Amino acid sequence: MSHLSEKGIQVSELLIDNISMRFDLPDGGHVQALKNVTLDIKSGELMSVLGPSGCGKTTLLNIVAGFLAPTEGQIKLNNEVVTGPSPQRGMVFQQGALFEWMNVRDNVSFGPDMKGVSRAESKEKVEHLLEVVGLQDFKEKAIYELSGGMQQRVALARCLANDPDVILMDEPLGALDALTREKMQSLVLDLWKDTGKTIILITHSVEEALLLGERLLVMAPRPGRVHKEYRLPFADLGVGNDLREVKKHKDYAGTREEILEMIWNMEEEIMGRTEESA
Amino acid sequence: MTGLLVLALYVAAFFGSFVIAKQIFKSAFEKKGFNKLKTVTFGDESAITANRVASVVSVVTVFWLWVAFTNSTIPLPKFPGPFSGDMTFTYTAQLEDGTQDDATVTMRVYREDIQQTVDEEGNPGREPSPAEVELGDGFAKNDSLTVARYGFKVVNVWKNDEVSKKDGSTIVAINGQPIKPGEKISVDEGTLGLTDKGTPTFAPATGFRMARLYLPAPEVVFQRFIWLNKEGYQGFTLIEHTRYSLQRVLLGFLLGALVGVPIGYAMGLTGWARGWFDPIVEFMRPIPPLALIPLIIIWFGIGEVGKVVLLFLAALWIMIIAARSGVSGVAISKVHAAYSLGASKWQILSKVIVPNSLPDIFTGARVAMGVCWGTVVAAELVAANVGLGKMIVTASKFQLTDIIIVGIIVIGVIGFAIEVGMRALENWLIPWKGKV
Repeated sequence: MSHLSEKGIQVSELLIDNISMRFDLPDGGHVQALKNVTLDIKSGELMSVLGPSGCGKTTLLNIVAGFLAPTEGQIKLNNEVVTGPSPQRGMVFQQGALFEWMNVRDNVSFGPDMKGVSRAESKEKVEHLLEVVGLQDFKEKAIYELSGGMQQRVALARCLANDPDVILMDEPLGALDALTREKMQSLVLDLWKDTGKTIILITHSVEEALLLGERLLVMAPRPGRVHKEYRLPFADLGVGNDLREVKKHKDYAGTREEILEMIWNMEEEIMGRTEESA
Repeated sequence: MTGLLVLALYVAAFFGSFVIAKQIFKSAFEKKGFNKLKTVTFGDESAITANRVASVVSVVTVFWLWVAFTNSTIPLPKFPGPFSGDMTFTYTAQLEDGTQDDATVTMRVYREDIQQTVDEEGNPGREPSPAEVELGDGFAKNDSLTVARYGFKVVNVWKNDEVSKKDGSTIVAINGQPIKPGEKISVDEGTLGLTDKGTPTFAPATGFRMARLYLPAPEVVFQRFIWLNKEGYQGFTLIEHTRYSLQRVLLGFLLGALVGVPIGYAMGLTGWARGWFDPIVEFMRPIPPLALIPLIIIWFGIGEVGKVVLLFLAALWIMIIAARSGVSGVAISKVHAAYSLGASKWQILSKVIVPNSLPDIFTGARVAMGVCWGTVVAAELVAANVGLGKMIVTASKFQLTDIIIVGIIVIGVIGFAIEVGMRALENWLIPWKGKV
């Protein structure tokens, strides 16, 4: 539902309403990828989603993006039911989702171009975004000439150029080396604060989930469901600050251990069950 | 025998030139750039670059072998050639009563390709007449004959003798050496012998060089190349033959690509199209285009239409499959990204699927051009009025080996040029290929 915030600006709300997802297998069986997942995500929230493989987090993201239709339940954005992909919900993928046949600037202005916005009109915005992600000197470069980190900066700028209500990130930093990853995490936090976008971020890294998740969702597998939810202070602390300082926060190490153990136990359980059935 | 000698020389040239070149062109054997720092290169394919000295020596070696084993006038070391000129041998005839008499046979050995040569005034060469000899005394008289190089002559020595074979004159010795029917004597100029019926024979020595009929010398082929450009063959100059062949290939290929690429896209994008075309493509793909030639001739005749239809069919299936695999090669994340950036289906096709499939389509186009070029020559071999294949097959009927070789070289060079051109076009149009 669309409502007015305290400041009186219209904000968007993402409602994940009792989603279930069942895949039928050719042998007659089925996989329950998601079961009764309900989430209410407020405008401007940054939610990270964590869980062992097979917990349905990517399926959930694909449903929110509109690439998959849930077998039960529905997604509502601004009180409208999601039926397919739309520029309201921007995506940032792990890697390889940029268009190699276009240079950096053309990639970033892809969204406006698709809407029929003239280059003259979108120029200012594109230039600004390239500056924000630190690629103003690379706009004529080909994608394959950029490093992995720079490519992800392009992906972020490309997504923002469309001014989406919600940004969905599917392990956007997963393929980057540790140092680049840390820089990119800071960039994501800064962009979040500057633009006030709602962000859902899927990750495999507990540290990343902790640092970037204002809300942190731990999902459990078989069937995929929400296991536990945290509200964390680290994302706010990290905005504009050194993330290594944030990691020294008194609650950081404890929360990390708690989540790691939780996921560890889930993995053990899966292994045990697989061995039993085998 | 000669074949084994060529092979042995070729292998020797491969290793020998390596040893020699390594001493002379030291810089060509040095590792370049970053490879200089690699201590391990054996097994590291990326560290291997083609040694251009080897490429040059390789081409020169083939050329030299060509010169060395033909009757070329090019001043390069050559292998012993066939005997040419006059030679004599004596035969001893014996009568039934035991009387013997010697006589001399003069053999004039002339170029086997004399009729294909021209003198300064442009007149074609003619077979020489036999040497003038005196008959001599005794009942056996001296003979004089001609024989072509690489040829064989049965010498009827009794033709001018006083006593014929029928009347009991037999040959018992050649060059003073006793000989029986069926035996042979080697001399420097060739092989002498008696047939099973006792008639002397002479086969001039062939040496190691190939006769013009089997392999013309390089300069003969080059002259033929000039002549083909000037005079033409079968009513068309070489350039026209080439142009017709190329035109057929380009037209057939373009039509094939024009029809095949959209069908391939449709097969990658809709289930109906995939279901519709799958059986046709899978059935037609393994049929070699050459197998269709008889049907094409029956349907379209031997004119241009038939050729173009054949090449269209040769290119079509390749281009369909290339375009289809181009579509399936699009990373789903790119399609998803484009959709969530607001692209319509049409924009997905034109902005994502088409550019993303270009590398596959280019690979297909390269294969299709190669297949078309091979097919057009084969199709012209079967039936055509003009074209490189037609030129070759007609020349083969008149044993004009030099024209055949010119044709083969032109076909090879053009095929190579097509490949190089396509690669250059590829690097220019899709610079991201292989870098993602």
